[in-house]
Amino acid sequence: MTYEAVIGLEVHAQLKTATKMFCACPAAFEAPPNSCVCPVCLGHPGALPVANRRAAELAVRLGLAVGATVRAHSSWARKSYFYPDLPKGYQITQYAEPIVTGGALEIETTEGSRSIRLVRMHLEEDAGRSQHPERSGERTTRVDFNRCGTPLLEIVSVPDLRTPGEARAYLVRLKQILQYCAVSDADMEKGGLRCDVNISVRPAGEERLGTPAELKNLNSFRHVERALAAEITRQVARLRRGETVSRETRRWDPAGGRTHAMRDKEAEHDYRYFPEPDLPPLILDPDWIAAIERSLPEMPDRRRARLVTQYGIRPYDARLLTATRELADYFEAVAARAPDAQIAANLVGSELLGLLHEHKLEVTACPIRPQALADLAGLRAKGTLSSKLIKQVLAEMLASGEAPEAIIRSRGWVQVEDDTQLRAWVIALLETHPQEVADYRKGKTAVLEFLMGQLMKRSQGRAHPEIARALLEELLGAKP
Amino acid sequence: MRGAPGTVSALTAALRNGALRLPEVIEPYLDRIRKRNDELGALLHVFDEGARSRARELQRRLDAGDWPGPLTGVPVAVKDNISLAGHPTTAGSRILKGFRPVYTATAVERLEASGAIVIGKANLDEFAMGSSNEYSAYGAARNPYDTGRVPGGSSGGCAAAIAGGLALGALGSDTGGSVRQPAAFCGLVALKPQYGSVSRYGLIAFGSSLDQIAPMARTARDCAALYNAIRGVDPHDATSREDGAPVDVEAWSQPPRDVRLGVPRSWLAAGLDADVRAGFDRCCARFAKLGARLVDVALPDPSWAVATYHILANAEASTNLARYDGVRYGPRAAGVASVDVLYAATRGAGFGPEVKRRILLGTYVLSAGYRAAYYARAARARLALRAAYAEVLQCVDALLMPTTPTPAFRLGEKLGDPLAMYLCDVFTIGANLTGWPAVAFPVGRNPAGLPLGAQLCGPLGGEDLLLGLVHRFDGGEPLPLPEG
Ligand SMILES: [Zn+2]
Repeated sequence: MTYEAVIGLEVHAQLKTATKMFCACPAAFEAPPNSCVCPVCLGHPGALPVANRRAAELAVRLGLAVGATVRAHSSWARKSYFYPDLPKGYQITQYAEPIVTGGALEIETTEGSRSIRLVRMHLEEDAGRSQHPERSGERTTRVDFNRCGTPLLEIVSVPDLRTPGEARAYLVRLKQILQYCAVSDADMEKGGLRCDVNISVRPAGEERLGTPAELKNLNSFRHVERALAAEITRQVARLRRGETVSRETRRWDPAGGRTHAMRDKEAEHDYRYFPEPDLPPLILDPDWIAAIERSLPEMPDRRRARLVTQYGIRPYDARLLTATRELADYFEAVAARAPDAQIAANLVGSELLGLLHEHKLEVTACPIRPQALADLAGLRAKGTLSSKLIKQVLAEMLASGEAPEAIIRSRGWVQVEDDTQLRAWVIALLETHPQEVADYRKGKTAVLEFLMGQLMKRSQGRAHPEIARALLEELLGAKP
Repeated sequence: MRGAPGTVSALTAALRNGALRLPEVIEPYLDRIRKRNDELGALLHVFDEGARSRARELQRRLDAGDWPGPLTGVPVAVKDNISLAGHPTTAGSRILKGFRPVYTATAVERLEASGAIVIGKANLDEFAMGSSNEYSAYGAARNPYDTGRVPGGSSGGCAAAIAGGLALGALGSDTGGSVRQPAAFCGLVALKPQYGSVSRYGLIAFGSSLDQIAPMARTARDCAALYNAIRGVDPHDATSREDGAPVDVEAWSQPPRDVRLGVPRSWLAAGLDADVRAGFDRCCARFAKLGARLVDVALPDPSWAVATYHILANAEASTNLARYDGVRYGPRAAGVASVDVLYAATRGAGFGPEVKRRILLGTYVLSAGYRAAYYARAARARLALRAAYAEVLQCVDALLMPTTPTPAFRLGEKLGDPLAMYLCDVFTIGANLTGWPAVAFPVGRNPAGLPLGAQLCGPLGGEDLLLGLVHRFDGGEPLPLPEG
């Protein structure tokens, strides 16, 4: 019997607001411990929450971006549990009436694109951060409340996902849209995007859902994928042995590559939800919602299609260049100034991105102005630079900030087409490689590529490739 | 105290025309506190040096021709569940022993901005949960009219302070009658403002959807002056509202002709003390003589409001009191092995029996499997009660009823019987559940000399109407203070 997995994701995204969800403290994450706190977010007696309109606006942005329903009336609830990093003993969240319902995300799978439906999105406040350092041999608990009260948007999917790969694709997509709409930095490593997973398995073709387990502690896309794969294997093995799967919360252990059941006490809570009396319902004006809709940026799918039609670049490049809004903006700035958009796409999408990656730079921090890159594309279009030289010039542009022409001129990196110079390089090369010359003449023509490589090296990439190749073939063909 | 002005209005008038100077005003109060506070248990913390320096500062401004505000020089007690930065704020609980807030409640800031002098923090039932002030972790307060009797609760310390001559006004809080019932027991005027009229920022929460900071004084005019100082929208309280013009009781100097007052006749039947009944009848007769029309109205039996109230208030309280866990402030149990034991030991030692009872009840009514039967039903009952009150208010301008079923009772009389204690609030909790404003006011004394009270309730936005009617009733004259 084959089994299929049924997967639903609950993602918490940190919203990009200047201040916290219910107080005026800065939502700063790198500040010294307990430096961004006040009576409200510390849960001091008598302090009261006031909802941050900007957080609601960001939730509405994401909702509109994924075709969801924004509710003109939503409300707040208290979710009670005791934990040292939860100062009020309850979290303010949205329960019965979330701000956004419905919507869907398109994901790319090996079988083409699929639409993953969303259940809801709701606003809530984050908890503080507990650490348990050893101090003089004793385990202590230290709590930093800087994160406490920062706004989160919980995004709940319908269990439409079927494989770990799809779950990953969903997260990649969600992260992309969160960043496009400037709703969240969605940085998983810094905790800006957190993911809980509900997973059950059932015999293929079965309609009824199996008993789900909830997985926690998944802090990277890779962990989500690996944890799901391990959990599917575990659940299927149990069913195959005729055992049942129990409804429980499990923790992913990345080192052991398996999931572990959490202690019941940690997992089973009666949260005693009830309406938050300190906050009136969140009432959104339809005109305000409409204004947010008008301010939404072009979403990645539409932008990708437009790049193909407007600039005539390959769909593959368009997908790559729309991965983030900043990259697409940069590309369009270059393409608008370059004589050939496809060359601009190659330059930005492969050469520049690779170089930035090497230097661990974001495209927003790229010191090369779009005009300079467009000029480089122009030189490439004229054929005056080999691809090897392009890389070198680009590296210099990044390092020195000089214009491409200036770099080429000062370094003497103009392509060499002069027959005398080329011929001298080829003859010298053949003299140092008698074995390869002999092989070639015996019919092993594959050594030509090796010799071309050596020639480019000898010329520091300056030899005009086509002319040099013709010359090489000519001199190899000639009897000694 | 002989010769000293006995009302806010008389005191401020004397200061304004220079007949009195502030240090002369404040010293007799501090003197009286020294003499009587131990016996009355009214104030938990006395700010004698703070009050003196504030009096000097205000007098300097007066001498410079400045008039700081309508409460200039008025000695006011603030219930100890209202935050005052840097000063102890215990809410009458051991769990906040030694706690000093880092910020001041909006209402207190506004009070001080009007020139008032906060003379001390007043005793209360722990976390405002009680009707006799006997549930204070710092000892009971006593009724100045008969020190063998309770001053009422939970704002018992405020009431005892004013009736005992230790202050001219007070800020209490009212969740189910906590300023009105003590006002009835101590012969005072107390306004429970409409929910949202006064900012709750800095009021230690009990039942957040019911709580209001509430002024207490000896006359309607004085109560209005306190209310005007603290009312209005506050950006720190999302449930606060702007409610138009301030209250002007002087505008009510004409007889309240054509005002219709609804009397819920069925409430006056069983269980009402004969003296309270007689006082209430005299009150009705006087309002009729002043030109009001009294109309019988039918309201739902108050006993189901009591049940509804205790479910909702305790549900909210069970979460409001979750923060007292010993982690960030307040005393913390020592020598514990885990955080769960820390919570249990800290809360077990820090809360008194009545607070524990209410936390347990509130937790229960919100628990899975019980929420629908208790919390959700009570929430629906509250809506039904609002609808019933609103319907009655179609026919009358306000409701007139007794404040309490009995006058002040003896200390210890109801301590063993929580249900009997809860019934002290039977007439007052309607205003909290509906959010309506209500004013309690004295209607004389019984043959034993104990004050008797009545209250006016509703409509929404009706603080001006209610205080105006009481002003017509008392004519600016307070009930005489007890001897002592
Ligand atoms: Zn804060």
